[in-house]
Amino acid sequence: MSVSEKIVADFVANNIQFVTTVPCKQLGGVIDAVENEPSIYHIPSNKEDEGMGLCAGAFMGGKRPAIIMQNTAIGVTVNTLVTLTQFYRMPLPMLISYRGELKEPVACQVEMAVHTKALLNQLNIPTYHFHKPGDEDELDAILKYTFMCNKPVAILTDATFWGGY
Amino acid sequence: MIRSDILRDIAPILSNQLVVCNIGLPSQELHMIDDQDSNFYMLGTMGLSSSIGLGVALAQDKTVISIDGDGSVLTNFGTLPTIANNVSDNFILLIIDNGSYGSTGDQPTYAGKKTSLTAVAIACGCENVIECRAEETGSVLQAAIDSKKMTIIVSKCDSGNIKVPVIMKDPVVIRDRFMNEVERRNT
Repeated sequence: MSVSEKIVADFVANNIQFVTTVPCKQLGGVIDAVENEPSIYHIPSNKEDEGMGLCAGAFMGGKRPAIIMQNTAIGVTVNTLVTLTQFYRMPLPMLISYRGELKEPVACQVEMAVHTKALLNQLNIPTYHFHKPGDEDELDAILKYTFMCNKPVAILTDATFWGGY
Repeated sequence: MIRSDILRDIAPILSNQLVVCNIGLPSQELHMIDDQDSNFYMLGTMGLSSSIGLGVALAQDKTVISIDGDGSVLTNFGTLPTIANNVSDNFILLIIDNGSYGSTGDQPTYAGKKTSLTAVAIACGCENVIECRAEETGSVLQAAIDSKKMTIIVSKCDSGNIKVPVIMKDPVVIRDRFMNEVERRNT
């Protein structure tokens, strides 16, 4: 089983049935695995705040949601995370590609990477960082934690974890 | 007719449905006119009424009506292609188009100028897009509910606001009673 398939298997095991995605090269395999999983409704969104709105609705409709996006999205979604997801106390696992870390070829990605953890910290969002192969073993516990506490939770996955570009 | 007149007009129709209502004055007006457990009021996050409503609609079977404004749709334009490509026949998007940002002092929107949200929705691939006059909103909305087809309604009305109190309910209470209502109606 590939890492991507393992991640989606953890989604399924935790009854996540509604996943929105904004594309990322690094997360392409996970997005494909989501698309191919029949128990998950995959709804690509055009912007991450839109996706968080969809996830809020799905949660209130009775389905467990998740969002897959790049860390640049943290810059886009601060208001939504604060005034929707957190204010109404809704759970949202956020599987995030941590662009701009070691092995990054594109300088501009570093500009957002240096703010990513600081922003998540400022927003009081529990944050986990998958850096080495095998770190994904914690995903099941992270998902259970997210739906236990009804909070947005960030899972940063960097290039070293994915085995480079 | 202004937005609050439309909301008063359609309140008897809305009271039987799951409703997601746009931030600011629309939620405050609906809350004052006809508060229901089945209403989800947005207290923040401009633009996401249609996204939240579509999410609720896709997750369960009962009809969901998102009440949106022209300014909010312009804020979250990406929502229209998403709606068009994820058809949910229990979803109705009611855009009350008064050509202005009502909650912030009636500054004009582009929808009140050259941009037609009806034409945009059609161009995005939405299939049942109906533009109507404010007076027709109730009958068009009821027909959309009865059709059991995903429908986008653009109701053209005058800009203008009434004095309404802000919503003091706790967001978690709003969310919890809405979720209980969704669950009750689906069991």
